[in-house]
Amino acid sequence: MARTMYDKIWDAHLVDEQDDGTCLLYIDRHLVHEVTSPQAFEGLRLSGRQVRAPGKTLAVADHNVPTEGRANGIADEESRIQVETLEKNAKDFGVEYLEMMDIRQGVVHIVGPEQGFTLPGTTIVCGDSHTSTHGAFGALAHGIGTSEVEHVLATQTLIQSKAKNMKIEVNGKLPDHVTAKDIILAVIGEIGTAGGTGYVMEYTGEAIRALSVEGRMTVCNMSIEGGARAGLIAPDEKTFEYLKGRPRSPQGADWDAAVAYWKTLPTDEGAHFDKVVTLDASNLPPLLTWGTSPENVVSIEGAVPDPAKIEDAAKRTSVERALAYMGLEANTKMTDIKIDRAFIGSCTNGRIEDIREVAKIVEGKKVASTVSAMVVPGSGLVKEQAEQEGLDKILIEAGFDWREPGCSMCLAMNADKLEEGERCASTSNRNFEGRQGRGGRTHLVSPEMAAAAAIAGHFVDVRKV
Amino acid sequence: MEKFQKVEGVAAPLPILNVDTDMIIPKQFLKTIKRTGLGKNLFDEMRFTKEGAEIPDFVLNKPQYRNAQILVAGDNFGCGSSREHAPWAIADFGIKVIISTSFADIFYNNCFKNGILPIKLSQCDVDKLMEDAERGANATVSVDLETQEIKGPDGGTIAFDLDPFRKHCLLEGLDDVGLTLQKEEKITAFEDKRGADQSWL
Repeated sequence: MARTMYDKIWDAHLVDEQDDGTCLLYIDRHLVHEVTSPQAFEGLRLSGRQVRAPGKTLAVADHNVPTEGRANGIADEESRIQVETLEKNAKDFGVEYLEMMDIRQGVVHIVGPEQGFTLPGTTIVCGDSHTSTHGAFGALAHGIGTSEVEHVLATQTLIQSKAKNMKIEVNGKLPDHVTAKDIILAVIGEIGTAGGTGYVMEYTGEAIRALSVEGRMTVCNMSIEGGARAGLIAPDEKTFEYLKGRPRSPQGADWDAAVAYWKTLPTDEGAHFDKVVTLDASNLPPLLTWGTSPENVVSIEGAVPDPAKIEDAAKRTSVERALAYMGLEANTKMTDIKIDRAFIGSCTNGRIEDIREVAKIVEGKKVASTVSAMVVPGSGLVKEQAEQEGLDKILIEAGFDWREPGCSMCLAMNADKLEEGERCASTSNRNFEGRQGRGGRTHLVSPEMAAAAAIAGHFVDVRKV
Repeated sequence: MEKFQKVEGVAAPLPILNVDTDMIIPKQFLKTIKRTGLGKNLFDEMRFTKEGAEIPDFVLNKPQYRNAQILVAGDNFGCGSSREHAPWAIADFGIKVIISTSFADIFYNNCFKNGILPIKLSQCDVDKLMEDAERGANATVSVDLETQEIKGPDGGTIAFDLDPFRKHCLLEGLDDVGLTLQKEEKITAFEDKRGADQSWL
């Protein structure tokens, strides 16, 4: 029977299936960070259990780490304790830990692929919802809670029931300055934040195939914002090229065997999808969010919605609440909205290509005097690469802060946060109330759009810059 | 984990769509290395001013809902991050049942690991229970997991669906890790085969 890629990976990892349909799935790769793991390791200690497969587990601190003055340690005591706890737990249980000053340290979802820890056809979990990022390689990757982190540490398996298959077909060729970020924002705008609930989404079509592996990671990263457990993109030559020679990628004869296997992963012709969504990339404008849910998507040519025009009472109330929080008037043109801050980074858009695009936009220009802008590379290796290319100089010259790697203001657990009422053009993934700091107002955009807004002081159509 | 018992009492209405995990427990409270004590920060930024004073309008600050064990909420409850701090905070506050039209996937899973029963109902049933909840102290609701029934204040009964394995684990208060380790031989056999077929892993 014709199978989807999700079906194939699922079947290949099935350890047990109970009569009631509950399955036990084998986990090949487990990424661990400091925020969602302490209670899991504590659970192991209390029950006298070990980590079953330390070699399949990789730990790195990213949420709490400072992005400046790192050599002086972490000032905030709770943050410091959390990071130290991860280090101790990794050591006690024999798990590899990339410490804060290690060049390989970074946002866990950037580190995994960089190290070749992320491989096609594998199952990957992490106590972090943006684990869906790794689906860009054709890996079944999703976030889990801390109890499940403990379960995976102890058993290298996860109790699961199978999700349904959804295909997101993105046809056509993306216009210039319209990016992977705009594709995924368009998808979420279309299906809504609960549209993917209960599904694994596979992205296909010309526009997806044309994306770089990094762009594909941006798309899969925000699958969770569409409600999906995981996003998937079939591996191809670009994927193999990206992975070849990475520290943990297979070598020699193993590499050839692995590639041969990876080529069997793509969805069979005629495989059944429970739901299909089709999108045309060729007339997609740059997009941004206006509200406090990632589904609140609008074209840069558009305006803030008018709740008076919404018939459904629950939706109208929801839009009114969002506009009040965001400090926006209905019908305001998006290009008239001024920003105070720009944040470029995160597991969504903190990779080298993102930084290159930003540098292209801002080269020879200056950040508006009313804007404070920062670039936070996704990892030490991204930072090093950018510096080798001289991108840091371009950014600093333009007035950007050039920081050290981590999650930073994507969720503001470290010192980087918005003040109450501040408005931010952010390349991150969530615009929830308070996400980037209590009372902070987040607009999700692509790196190019964030860069252009930082220069102009307000949102602009990056195609016209 | 404690065994899930029948729950009876007022239900707190939270008619907001897409209640996200940042609302449920803002990130400044994720720095703990413990599971306990998060109830006081549940819905922190909706419940308290920046200075820490209670916001009287927020449902859980109203006298009739301060001890609510049931929450009735808008669609897509628990969307956002995988933080189990969200169900930890909910459980620590004393809420044992959440009723909505839908839940985000990871949050839904996390509830069962913490003795919380998330119930999915039709829009019509949720609307009815939301109305009942708005009536406060005069309208108690009971949730019986054993029979999979919710009894409303006016005698009406609403049945709900639940995966039988999840139900069994909640009722018995079972520990997943312990259950899975009973299948250790199967895991080992799988690992042996996988090591032979895909040596690069």
